[in-house]
Amino acid sequence: MAEPARARPKPTPETQHYWDGAKAGELRLQRCDDCSNVYFPPRPFCPGCASRKVSVFKASGKGFLYSYVINHRPAAPGFTPPYAIAVVELEEGPRLMSNIIDCPQTPEALELDMKLEVAFEKLDDAITLPVFRPAKG
Amino acid sequence: MRRNAVAVVGAAETTELGVIPNMSQLQLHADAALNAIKDAGLKLSDIDGIATAVETPQQIAHYLGITPTWVDGTSVGGCSFMLHVRHAAAAIEAGLCKTVLITHAESGKSMIGKLPRSIPADSLQGQFEAPYGVYGPPSMFPIPVLRYMKTHGITHEQIASVAVFQREWAAKNPRAMMKAPITVEDVLNSKMIAYPFRILQCCLVTDGGGALILTSADRAKDFPNKPVYILGTGESVETPMVSQMRTFDSSRAFTVAGPTAFREAGITHKDVDHLMIYDAFAHLPLYGLGDLGFMPHEETGKFIADGNTRPGGKLPMNTNGGGLSYMHSGMYGMYALQESVRQMRGIAPAQVPGAKISVCHGVGGMFAASGTVIFTNEK
Repeated sequence: MAEPARARPKPTPETQHYWDGAKAGELRLQRCDDCSNVYFPPRPFCPGCASRKVSVFKASGKGFLYSYVINHRPAAPGFTPPYAIAVVELEEGPRLMSNIIDCPQTPEALELDMKLEVAFEKLDDAITLPVFRPAKG
Repeated sequence: MRRNAVAVVGAAETTELGVIPNMSQLQLHADAALNAIKDAGLKLSDIDGIATAVETPQQIAHYLGITPTWVDGTSVGGCSFMLHVRHAAAAIEAGLCKTVLITHAESGKSMIGKLPRSIPADSLQGQFEAPYGVYGPPSMFPIPVLRYMKTHGITHEQIASVAVFQREWAAKNPRAMMKAPITVEDVLNSKMIAYPFRILQCCLVTDGGGALILTSADRAKDFPNKPVYILGTGESVETPMVSQMRTFDSSRAFTVAGPTAFREAGITHKDVDHLMIYDAFAHLPLYGLGDLGFMPHEETGKFIADGNTRPGGKLPMNTNGGGLSYMHSGMYGMYALQESVRQMRGIAPAQVPGAKISVCHGVGGMFAASGTVIFTNEK
């Protein structure tokens, strides 16, 4: 029997651009054309000022480690514990949940405020997940 | 809302708490409701308002045989019952109903007749959190705590002391699930769940329920037990996604609900004799003390570690043992309310002598929602 797979996101019309971006190797955010607010998660209006005039743009992919846990038990399907569940604060302002790759999953290696950069992990032909790794240099 | 216009006249938990393999979740609701109705000296037919969470009001009304003129199905997690108290008080004041029954029950351990909790893959949580390995509250609720500790200079030992002192309260409570004394070292050496939290910093998983009955203060004096008046209330919600909180240094929902209740009650923090802060995990009392304005967040860890909230301390907190040591069926808010009512009636197993004002503060989801109720036994 195959190992149970990790939870797989199912895009909606409002979030499709984000997942299309990830598949193309881009982290896409939205910015309000009226008040310049950058926000996440995706929606076709600005949660700051309610304007429907918003644009999708390619984010820098740079950020820092805002907080995390290292999950030991129970582990989610498709994950081998211990693994870190992180919240990354992006250079553009929004925060998002992610995993930290290319880094030991230990409190010593995972320092709050460490610089991170986006990477992409392909789940299948439809879904690629943005994840983060320690920034180089 | 008018102060002391509405009172709790009936309060009870399920006959048993802990592991109850011979009762469905629905029957646990009924068991708690029947106990509360008996406590109030009422008949089922006296109830004309009903509120509950997770289970629907129609389910509970049908099962108990009640025909209500007012219902509230607000279901925002474990603090739903604080919101029910607030809504019920407003409804009674507005004349929409006279006698409200609020029920909670959860077969959290035995999982009998328990409704499934699932996260749809196309929800925001399903798309932007679930794929990263969150799996139940222990993997989510502690996510903000490392940032909170760094910002406010809180230590692991200070947070561990929350569990130690609540165990001291639980030791005084015959109905508490966990009573054996523990030390900070025990907490910090217990089984790792989701770093930085270990099992003794996570709530219990149990079965049980509770129910409250509210009516107008004018009628309350005719009931068999000492009325417990609603002095002030507050509520708010923030986000169902823990990753999207405005900040991890504080809970926005707490900072709305708590201070709203204090303003409504017209009291200061010095007036508080007894405090309940919903402790699904050990960091919540720190967030609560800071966000409700008892002290700056920087002082919360030291305040608890210095023993101010333990038995004999100046601010008795979570005097039933809390979700960490008393019981936690999944939505603990009802048990915090029950303990506040017991303290105001003067019948708690670990009674705070002469307590006149009790603040009961709840959380729903992972900082997703909040409700605060301030009780008094003096009108």
